[in-house]
Amino acid sequence: MITSIRSTVRLGSPLQLEALRESIVQKNDPSKCVIVICAGTGCLAAGAADVIRAFKEELKSKNLEDRVDVKETGCPGFCERGPLVVLRPRNIFYQQVTPQDIPEIIAESVIQDKIIDRLLFCDPRDNRTIIHEEEVPFYEKQTRIILGNNEEVDPTSIEDYIAIGGYSSLAKVLFEMTPQEVIDEIKRSKLRGRGGGGFPTGVKWDTCRNAHGSTKYIICNADEGDPGAFMDRAILEGNPHSVLEGMIIGAYAVGSNEGYFYVRNEYPLAVENARIAVERAEELGLLGDDILGSDFSFHVKINRGGGAFVCGESTSLMASLEGKVGEPRAKYIHTVERGLWDCPSTLNNVETWANVPIILKNGADWYCDIGTEESKGTKIFSLVGKINNTGLVEVPMGTRLEDIIFNIGGGIPNGKMFKAVQTGGPSGGCIPSSMLHLPVDFDELGKVGSMMGSGGMIVMDEDTCMVDVAKYFVNFLEGESCGKCVPCREGLKRMGQILAAITEGRGRETDIITLERLSVVLKEGALCALGQTAANPVMSTLQYFRDEYEVHIKEKRCPAGVCRALIRYEIITDKCVGCGLCVKACPSEAIVSMGKKEPVVMDESKCIKCGACFDVCRMDAVDKE
Amino acid sequence: MLTLTIDGKEIGAHEGMTVLEAARSVGIQIPTLCHHEALTSYGACRLCSVEVTQRGRTKLVVSCLFPVAQGLEVQTNSARVRNLRSGILELLLARCPGSEELQSLATTLGIKQGEFGFAQDSGKCILCGLCVRACQEIAEKSVLSFAGRGIDRRVATPFYKPSDDCITCRACAFICPTRAIRFEGGKLMLPD
Amino acid sequence: MNRQMEIDLTKIDPVIDKYQGDRGLLISLLQDIQEVYNYLPEEALLKVSEALDIPKSQVFSVATFFKAFSLEPRGQHLVTVCLGTACHVRGGQRMVEKLERDLDIKAGETTEDFSFTLETVNCLGCCALGPVLVVDGKYESRVDSAKLDQIIKRYR
Repeated sequence: MITSIRSTVRLGSPLQLEALRESIVQKNDPSKCVIVICAGTGCLAAGAADVIRAFKEELKSKNLEDRVDVKETGCPGFCERGPLVVLRPRNIFYQQVTPQDIPEIIAESVIQDKIIDRLLFCDPRDNRTIIHEEEVPFYEKQTRIILGNNEEVDPTSIEDYIAIGGYSSLAKVLFEMTPQEVIDEIKRSKLRGRGGGGFPTGVKWDTCRNAHGSTKYIICNADEGDPGAFMDRAILEGNPHSVLEGMIIGAYAVGSNEGYFYVRNEYPLAVENARIAVERAEELGLLGDDILGSDFSFHVKINRGGGAFVCGESTSLMASLEGKVGEPRAKYIHTVERGLWDCPSTLNNVETWANVPIILKNGADWYCDIGTEESKGTKIFSLVGKINNTGLVEVPMGTRLEDIIFNIGGGIPNGKMFKAVQTGGPSGGCIPSSMLHLPVDFDELGKVGSMMGSGGMIVMDEDTCMVDVAKYFVNFLEGESCGKCVPCREGLKRMGQILAAITEGRGRETDIITLERLSVVLKEGALCALGQTAANPVMSTLQYFRDEYEVHIKEKRCPAGVCRALIRYEIITDKCVGCGLCVKACPSEAIVSMGKKEPVVMDESKCIKCGACFDVCRMDAVDKE
Repeated sequence: MLTLTIDGKEIGAHEGMTVLEAARSVGIQIPTLCHHEALTSYGACRLCSVEVTQRGRTKLVVSCLFPVAQGLEVQTNSARVRNLRSGILELLLARCPGSEELQSLATTLGIKQGEFGFAQDSGKCILCGLCVRACQEIAEKSVLSFAGRGIDRRVATPFYKPSDDCITCRACAFICPTRAIRFEGGKLMLPD
Repeated sequence: MNRQMEIDLTKIDPVIDKYQGDRGLLISLLQDIQEVYNYLPEEALLKVSEALDIPKSQVFSVATFFKAFSLEPRGQHLVTVCLGTACHVRGGQRMVEKLERDLDIKAGETTEDFSFTLETVNCLGCCALGPVLVVDGKYESRVDSAKLDQIIKRYR
């Protein structure tokens, strides 16, 4: 739906909100052609800005601006195939669109009714081309109660959000429900925090409501730091009003009049779209003083992070909001009792907030029908790494790993074998192929040494070295440790040194035992969840891939061919045609040309094992072993 | 007034006390490094960790910050606690192998040294933060703070330059458990 | 180069006013200041300490804790390479190493002629397009050695 109205009249009642919604919907012509383009950070990085510009220019030059609208939306999740273009109302789905395709798209698919085959999605498994968006297997198998809305709204348009029913839950809450009734409904829905902790949201709100103190805070944790996870980015960039509405409802429920968004510095578009959303909501009286003519007021500020993963931890985040360094503190007294500025504070994750309006709209019973007994609703996962359909996947809780990875994710590219999937980010663990049948929810993955975490799923294949993966996570956490407590600061340093030694052929027989001892110190002694879970990637890779560690230590060999010091590159003389590409690519002049069309020669003593020759060779004449 | 049990001994304590305070009030020793009665507790060294059981659940907490509660059961010297204590001291010794105070503490607690190897020899500073807190709370000058993060964390003056705000009260040097921060010729010398 | 002469502190007056003494917004304030000078000069930090009545030591602590801040002048072009897990698995580290070789600096450093600063970041959220890097706010996706050469050439 396209909304060409820009309303600035303050809404003084739910009736006025309804009237505005009606007028927006009525002015919409469902048969009008709309070109919907994803303008999320991912697609923008893939060139969507040029595509959008090309569409606008072409429509102008063909005098079609009045008859065809261009709508820039948030991320729908099919990132592998961006830039993504959908032509409504027929829902023709075009993928990997380039600016050069635009004239043809306008001429063939907009002015006429033709389909451009080469831009359609072709399922690699059966070579079937899909025309309509709803039939794309990647989307079809998901349950997109949250992400689905990303395509319906331009995130900078509050009118779009209102048109799809936005803020009606807020109106209902403010005028038809008491704060306790709101809390009870959220409790009944069994909504649990989506940031990784999985704490029951209704219980958190209840405790905050009953906590001592007249000043209370609502906080949106948008410091999504798990590498490989970008669910919150998509929600906050693509539908910021859904998060804001959830926060205002939460504020009403606990009795708070002040709140904060805490957004990662690395998400500038999310910061900007949140800022616009706040501004527009304030202009329309949906935020600020006397919301919708009620006597409830709520104001919100947007703070940015400074590049510190630890600030995703609630007490660290609050310290940072107080203008201090992101140091966690003991949670013997919970932040719902004493949090920001020592006041009761309700901190929830972006995805958690986004679930609130739909629960209140459709009811707790409806929500409880989705998911498992203890894990209700859907969860958005970011499926990345060695996977065909990289992107965001929203499925009911309890969906099996293998369904997510193979059915929706399309399996492993280039015919490689699945090896493991890392879930739960640096706090989680690796899950091997023997466990792929496990359902994903708050509790199941914890039983096998991992966790669902915030939803990051990093798929690994036979070319991934699990010792290198462990080393990567330890190095990551070393860099992100705040440095306050001894177990984390010193323990991770030691672990990093041991793993570096193992991957460089200097591993010792006692190293594995030392790693295990260090992991106990971290788990038992660290101050916060970063340190307490820091050893999980090491422990889980040791649990399922111990043999890889042993080969590195005993045989000084890296079976996956990743650890630089343990591999060597070699020119296969029979296959080399002397094109010289590797000679040019080699940064250390280790490869020498022996004349045109003569096989090249490598001086291994000069080789720094950067892999550039392996990358550029088109004849498969460089061997890695 | 409430009662809790420490190492099997029932003792009385007041609401608002920490487990460490309650233990010390009856002469039960718990080792500490980053704690001082005159300063707010920080909970960084983790050496004062104890095992507590509450509502049927047992966990490790730092006694310098954990509040007493009616019916709380505390173990200050269980195998789990001794294991953690040992690990912490070994890590600190790996960091500062030359520190006599740490070596002496290890001997007192019966902990073997050098198990974690790969010593990086960071001089004597164990980043307990006592000097920072002393400067904030006793001298009330806030000359010192922690700069950087993680393993690169260091005690510093702003921009590592001599500070005009320092009144040379020497509270920092006095309170430092390892003599890492000191005064030489009347000048503040930050840890190496 | 006499840095003292180059720091015009009046430039940040509007920034400091915007935050109206709200100490909680210190980090946001420092980010805005860094946008003015392309780094955080010592003089600016001292001014912030005074204006917001926050101890110098705390401002220094915050400025050195968060990776977003640089207390050293940065180059004209900021090259940030993503080292998130997905990009790592797709060879992100090798991109960093190549840039280190080509620019003759280590990650976190600036070239002598102040043309480039090379930094790394832990996940930009564009995992489908890895390896990813950002140059002056512009995202480059599916980067490999050849693409890197082109990108650097464009900015030299």
